[in-house]
Amino acid sequence: MAKFNLNINGKQREIDVDATTPILWVLRDHIKLVGTKYGCGIAQCGACTIHLEGNAVRSCQLPVSSVGDKKITTIEGLSEKGDHPVQQAWLEIDVPQCGYCQAGQIMTASALLEKNPNPSDEEIETAMNGNICRCGTYTRIKKAVKIAANSINA
Amino acid sequence: MTLIKTKIGRRSFIRTSTLASGGLVLGFNWLASCKNKTEEEILAMPKEWFEMNSYLKIGDNGVVTITTPNPEFGQNIRTSMPMIVAEELGVDWKNVIVEQAPYHAEKYGMQFTGGSRGIMTRWEPLRMAGASARHILIAAAAQAWQVPATEITTEDGILYHKATEKSAGYGEMASAAAKITVPEDITLKEVKDFKIIGTSKKNVDAKSIITGEPMFGMDYQKEGMLIAMIVHPPAFGMTLKSMDAETAKTMSGIKDVVAIKSFKDDYEKGGFDVNAFPEIVAVVGNSTWEVLQAKKKLKVEWQPFAAYSETIKGFRGKQTKNVPAGLESSTSHESQMEEMASKPGKIVREDGNPKVAFKNAAKIIERTYSAPFLAHNCMEPLNAFAHVEGDRAQIAAPIQIPSLIIPTIASSLGIPAENIAMEMPRMGGGFGRKAYAHYVVEAALISQKVNAPVKLVYTREDDMTNGIYRPTYQATYRAALDENNNLTALHVKAGGIPESPLFAHRFPAGALDNYMAEEWSIDSNITIGAFRAPRSNFMAGAEQSFLDELAEATGKDPIQFRLDLLKRAKENPVGERNDYDAERYAGVLELLREKSNWNQTPANVHRGVSAYFCHNSYAAHVLNIRMEEDKPVVEKVVCAIDCGIVVNPDAATNMAEGAITDGIGNAFFGELTFKDGMPQKRNFNDYAMIRMADAPEEIDVHFVKNEIAPTGMGEPPFPPIFGAVANALYKATGQRQYRQPFVTEKQVVG
Ligand code: FES
Ligand code: FES
Repeated sequence: MAKFNLNINGKQREIDVDATTPILWVLRDHIKLVGTKYGCGIAQCGACTIHLEGNAVRSCQLPVSSVGDKKITTIEGLSEKGDHPVQQAWLEIDVPQCGYCQAGQIMTASALLEKNPNPSDEEIETAMNGNICRCGTYTRIKKAVKIAANSINA
Repeated sequence: MTLIKTKIGRRSFIRTSTLASGGLVLGFNWLASCKNKTEEEILAMPKEWFEMNSYLKIGDNGVVTITTPNPEFGQNIRTSMPMIVAEELGVDWKNVIVEQAPYHAEKYGMQFTGGSRGIMTRWEPLRMAGASARHILIAAAAQAWQVPATEITTEDGILYHKATEKSAGYGEMASAAAKITVPEDITLKEVKDFKIIGTSKKNVDAKSIITGEPMFGMDYQKEGMLIAMIVHPPAFGMTLKSMDAETAKTMSGIKDVVAIKSFKDDYEKGGFDVNAFPEIVAVVGNSTWEVLQAKKKLKVEWQPFAAYSETIKGFRGKQTKNVPAGLESSTSHESQMEEMASKPGKIVREDGNPKVAFKNAAKIIERTYSAPFLAHNCMEPLNAFAHVEGDRAQIAAPIQIPSLIIPTIASSLGIPAENIAMEMPRMGGGFGRKAYAHYVVEAALISQKVNAPVKLVYTREDDMTNGIYRPTYQATYRAALDENNNLTALHVKAGGIPESPLFAHRFPAGALDNYMAEEWSIDSNITIGAFRAPRSNFMAGAEQSFLDELAEATGKDPIQFRLDLLKRAKENPVGERNDYDAERYAGVLELLREKSNWNQTPANVHRGVSAYFCHNSYAAHVLNIRMEEDKPVVEKVVCAIDCGIVVNPDAATNMAEGAITDGIGNAFFGELTFKDGMPQKRNFNDYAMIRMADAPEEIDVHFVKNEIAPTGMGEPPFPPIFGAVANALYKATGQRQYRQPFVTEKQVVG
């Protein structure tokens, strides 16, 4: 066990865990932020996507010891009132079915638009291809990403 | 006016107390701490709630809480079921709060999410719940105002008496209404007067989903809760021999390692008590990561089990199930299936004289179709929370059919069934898998052994390799054509491991003078169960591919070919047991033909059509493929559905889109094979799932408009998509598809 000081959603959080613990489980088990989901544990499904210094990363593959003072943002911290343009677009299109994958989808999409506010269809597909939606909401996700891009650029 | 008897579901009108407990419960108690309510939400809270019936509470300020009875797995019944109640109650949708019912058989009957039965079976009880509450509110107003009830009208939660110019909100009359007895007969609204049903309402949970609020079973937390994980046999056909937990037990954060046995020896299993591995080991500790590490260090020995047979008490009475010993492989499955297919099967239906028709045929077309086992792969792996204290148990689990696992939990724990309380958090997908709730029994047994609240979590690997899979199937279709290429007979012989997929009385049965259906099955120790549209999900693809080939052989347009057969089935059906309505079936094909501009195929586009009836509904698709560097790209799918009245059109559309995408994914990539009893895929690095790049660019869903009470929606659009993919691929490549999956090379993952 070792002590770590993490910057999560703008707050300093101190935790005492094994140094190999992935951020996914730090968030879910120790900080009790369960919006970040477990889907595969091997960087294949994207359910656990968070932002690390604004980049979309798979938290299941991110040991707590590797984070240092880099800023972690989770779905709970993406916006204060759940009104990030990507979240708003998701509501407008009513994207979710079961909803389990959607936090990961939104974190991937918001990181993409941060870097590339005007992505082409191919760029959206490439960025989003690591996020599985078992319910099959891809057509709506793509539409919502485009709406979010439009509202960011407006 | 539709008059219905309230006694149909009278038990659901039990009022626990006239005055329901105050305070607004938006979801589960364990969610309460997660987010502060906005000021608006707090202002909207009534001071007092009055219970109208088990589905409805009305606050003194007119806010209405509607309890949604069935568990949610993404089909959005948490929105559409309350919409039905709100419609008949006559309230403004804005003033409705939705609450999830816990398991409560007496109040809510069968809380079954599956079989596309949710809206269909709840349609009347939910309408009744709304209408009867409206009735007693009117009665209360009539008493208060001393006017005849028949003169009172309602609109958006307000009661009016025109002549005396009196009006009152539902909230003002709720207290008095709660004391009035519900009459025997209740009048329901006319379909044409619906204001909420048939209009698209946003998913009531969307905001919670997109902000990451805890809501899934996997998110469940309780003070002092431990995490448990299982270690199960690596192969079907094996069971626990011994374990050595010495090292694991000493590891950081580990509380205990226990062996559990899911069934008491004399327990008579029900149809959903499927469990390949009733004896397993569980590691219990403080946190998921610590338990995962200890799991790796556990030494467990497994041994093959001997063949056995057991009696299962299913929906259709008692049945004997034979479970063979041995470690099965897909290669031997294939040769076993071929052998069975070559022998006569069990004849389930025979019309006319198919033997003679085949003997006299000018031409016979015979094709064999097959599909592999499939894993459900819900995005949320199996999990369950349980806290067993003495003879009481508290459970919270993502589960499709709570009532069917309660007797098993009670027996396995040795406690009375009525001492089990169960909450049903949202499921991160179900698709049939969460109808088999062995994981809930496991969680309960672990909690009992370690004497603590426990959340059992399956890893993705546990979930994929401890499956209750879609069986592997095979079907051979034969058609007899005369010298003018008229279809004179059809013969289908279908089977699978371990069950047959055949529906002997479905189209095109009924449309042919000479028809024969046979089936066979092969026992297996690989556990199988319902997977979105069980059996149909294979038969539709085989049948609709074959019909496409027949249309071509007879020189007809594929839609017209089907319509001609349906015309025959409607006007002069053969046999009495045909399970479909030929007119509704033809209706979806006609709508599809119009909406897809079937007669004008765009340049460089290859189109396949397919239709199917299942779960009391009709669905048909036209799928457009374009080839890009020899790779098929699904450009567009046009879909037509007849599922009766559509309660929430945009939500139903979302589900149809999901079924289409899911079907395309499984048609292209879905496959699980076995070697020496071991599933050959364990996680998403080997199990190819459809991803965004392979999903259709556009999906265009249309519903047949009618006033028929709602029928199934979650499953019907799924089976026919397999045929549409196969038929479009044929147009694109010139190759017919007989064997799923259609794309075998491993998908490159982004
Ligand atoms: S859980 Fe991290 S990518 Fe699947
Ligand atoms: S909405 Fe269910 S997995 Fe995406």
